[in-house]
Amino acid sequence: MIVPLTHVLILAGIIFVMGLACAIAWRNNLIMILIGIEIMLNAAMLAFVGGGAHWRLVDGQVFSLVIMALTSSEVSLALSMVVYLHRRKKTVSADEFSEMKG
Amino acid sequence: MEQIFFYILAAVVLIATLLAITERHAVHAIVYLATSFFALAGIFYLLGAPLIAVFEVIIYAGAIMVLFLFVIMMLDMGQPEKARGPSLKQWWPALLLGAVILVAMSALFVTNVPETLAGWSYTDAREFSRVLFRKYGVAVEVISLQLLFALVGALYLGRRKLP
Repeated sequence: MIVPLTHVLILAGIIFVMGLACAIAWRNNLIMILIGIEIMLNAAMLAFVGGGAHWRLVDGQVFSLVIMALTSSEVSLALSMVVYLHRRKKTVSADEFSEMKG
Repeated sequence: MEQIFFYILAAVVLIATLLAITERHAVHAIVYLATSFFALAGIFYLLGAPLIAVFEVIIYAGAIMVLFLFVIMMLDMGQPEKARGPSLKQWWPALLLGAVILVAMSALFVTNVPETLAGWSYTDAREFSRVLFRKYGVAVEVISLQLLFALVGALYLGRRKLP
C-alpha cells in the first residue's frame, strides 16, 4: 500500500458521488443513466482493490473481476434494450417509456 | 514516488469524470470517460493489481466504451445542436444528495487519523488465478452462466421482427 487506505476510499467516494449525480441529473437520457451506473461500479471496484491492497488479500481483486463481468453483461443487455426501445419510439428519452405496453 | 503518481492520476480521474458528466455531447462524454478509465487503470497498477489494470483497459476502455460509441452512432444521437443538457432544476437534487454523501464521508474520515503503510504489495497472475479458481471456482461458473444469459437476452432483444 503506497497511500493510506483513507485516501483511496475518499477518491472512490468522490467518483461514486459523481456517478450518482450523473445518473440523477441526466434522468431524461437513457445513455447517460447507463454511463452514471458505469462510473458508480468503477468506484466500487476501486474500493475493492484498495481494500485488497490494504489487507494484502487477493480477494478484493477477484471481486473487482466479478464486478467487471457483471458490468459487461449488464451493459450489453441494457444497450440492446435501448436499441429496441429506440426502434419503437425513435427516442432515448426516459419519460417516453412510462407505460408498459407502449 | 508512487504517492505522487497516485495523486496525479487521481486528479486526472476526477477532472475527466467531471467533464464527462457535464458534457452534453454524448460522444465527447464517452471519450472523457475513456480517459478517466485509463487513469483509473494506472491507479489499479499502483495499488498492486496489474491484472485488474489490464482488464480495465481491455474491457472497460476497449469494449464497453466502444459499445456505447457504436450505439450512440447507430441511434444518430451525435448532433450537438439537438442535444439538450439537464437544467438547473434537474441538477439540484443530484447536487444535494452528493453533498449529503460527501459531508457524511468527510465527517467519518475526520475522526480517523490516516494511517500510512510502507511496502509494496504486488499480486502477480499466478497468485491471482490460484485464488480465483481454487477459492472462488463457483463464482467463475456463475459469471460464465450470467454472460451466457446476457448474450441470449441481447440476441433476443436485437432480433429483427419477422413479417
